Amino acid sequence: MVQMTDVTKIYDSSSTVALDGIDLTINEGEFVFLVGPSGSGKTTLMKLITGEVRATAGEIVVNDFDMVKIKRRKLPKVRRTLGVIFQDYRLIENMTVYDNVAFAMRVVGAKGKNIAKRVPYVLELVGLEGREKRFPNELSGGEQQRVAIARALVNNPRMIVADEPTGNLDPVRSLELMLLFEKINEMGTTILVVTHEKELVNAFSKRVITIDDGHVVSDDGDGYYSYELE
Amino acid sequence: MSLSKGAYLIREGFRSIKTHSFMSFASVTIITACLIIMGSITLLSLNIDALIADLEQQNEVVAFVDESIVDPSAAAALQPSLLGVENVLSADFVSRTDAMDSFMSKYDDRLMEGIDESVFRHRFVIHLVDISQMADTKTQLEAIPGIVKVNAHIEYANRFVRVRNIVSVVSLILTVILFFVSFFIMSNTIKLTTYGRREEIAIMKMVGATNGFIRTPFVIEGLILGLLGGLFGFLAVWGIYTVLNSSLLDTLTGSFISLVPFRTVRLPLLLSYLGVGILIGVFGGVNAIRNYLKV
Repeated sequence: MVQMTDVTKIYDSSSTVALDGIDLTINEGEFVFLVGPSGSGKTTLMKLITGEVRATAGEIVVNDFDMVKIKRRKLPKVRRTLGVIFQDYRLIENMTVYDNVAFAMRVVGAKGKNIAKRVPYVLELVGLEGREKRFPNELSGGEQQRVAIARALVNNPRMIVADEPTGNLDPVRSLELMLLFEKINEMGTTILVVTHEKELVNAFSKRVITIDDGHVVSDDGDGYYSYELE
Repeated sequence: MSLSKGAYLIREGFRSIKTHSFMSFASVTIITACLIIMGSITLLSLNIDALIADLEQQNEVVAFVDESIVDPSAAAALQPSLLGVENVLSADFVSRTDAMDSFMSKYDDRLMEGIDESVFRHRFVIHLVDISQMADTKTQLEAIPGIVKVNAHIEYANRFVRVRNIVSVVSLILTVILFFVSFFIMSNTIKLTTYGRREEIAIMKMVGATNGFIRTPFVIEGLILGLLGGLFGFLAVWGIYTVLNSSLLDTLTGSFISLVPFRTVRLPLLLSYLGVGILIGVFGGVNAIRNYLKV
């Protein structure tokens, strides 16, 4: 769950107002698309959720953690409730598919037997069974993104935050990926997808939040990409 | 920390050394090189110190006995009073007869024509514990009843003390500078390794790793590299010193110069090498990843 109240973010270095008075609620179990042109504040909004940056003003609660007052050393606790996915997959090149996913569990101190049980299950869920021993450079873009999704899912997060996850994929693979997100969402995980892909957004009947110039300009529950980016 | 987590982190440290073998090799080489230079300066300073100490011992103080005490055994009886002075290491009695014999053995007999031993006084040849206290000791010796005069080369003693102090300070400064240079180079070498792994660190942060968890493999890596660097540095210095010592013995036999035996400094040197190696390795590692942990 994400609750933002009158959130403003001004970057100290450039005095740029990235977000200005954002009010936003994403409830448990929702599937939300976050759209908006480049420089609109989407990435800043994501970084506020993951705790990479701090808000200049306002209140933010993510999965019951107060992101304004939280101490830096407590951030790992918040991040363990989130699964983050990036456009460029961010896999570790010298680790196999299995290790890339298992790594996320080791990092949070999971026991070996739990890792051995959970990783194959998640890899099967994202359709990567049989690819465990491959290295990232031996996989297609779609497969690499599935590894990233498996890694995000493996610690059973309450929410998945995906930043342009289909940016490097062709339309068919993008659609497959969105169907995978929908499947994960049906299992109870909240999904927040930042995307530019109008067709893709319109193909799913989900909530669409549009931001521009640091403001929420529309919050549409019927899944229509109403805002013209170009 | 659970056993499996600890084992995983240690394994990660070793894996990192193996994966980044060239950088690991570079780090060990740098630590080794710096420690060789550092150790050479320390050993040089140690030898200069020993040499000066040796020369200091040759800088004798001579205390002359009152001429009215003619009987040698009566004069020699002053020895306990002299040894009672705090800074006196030894006080060897030399009778006037022995003093004349010694004088005559050094100079032409003709010089002594018409002169007998009564010209010479009974005396004590004194060695001091600390020559920097020579002036005070001289005063104390002169105050002993039966001692009429004390010859002491205070200005030489002060010069020795000054040289010794300069050598100590210079070697300390050089050692400290080299320590920081090693630390800086080591830190930068590990920084190069971590630069290639900043993605990995960023991913670890994103999936909820604590700073301690991320740091531990780097600390273990730095610890191992530091230990290896310390060990190789020690072995290299040992080898160089042994070769130098034997070649010096071959060429300067009978000379007043001799090196401090390596066995006397072996253990403290090994321990300080390992200690400095670990210190540079661990803090270099921690310092190198500090920036990546701020996310």
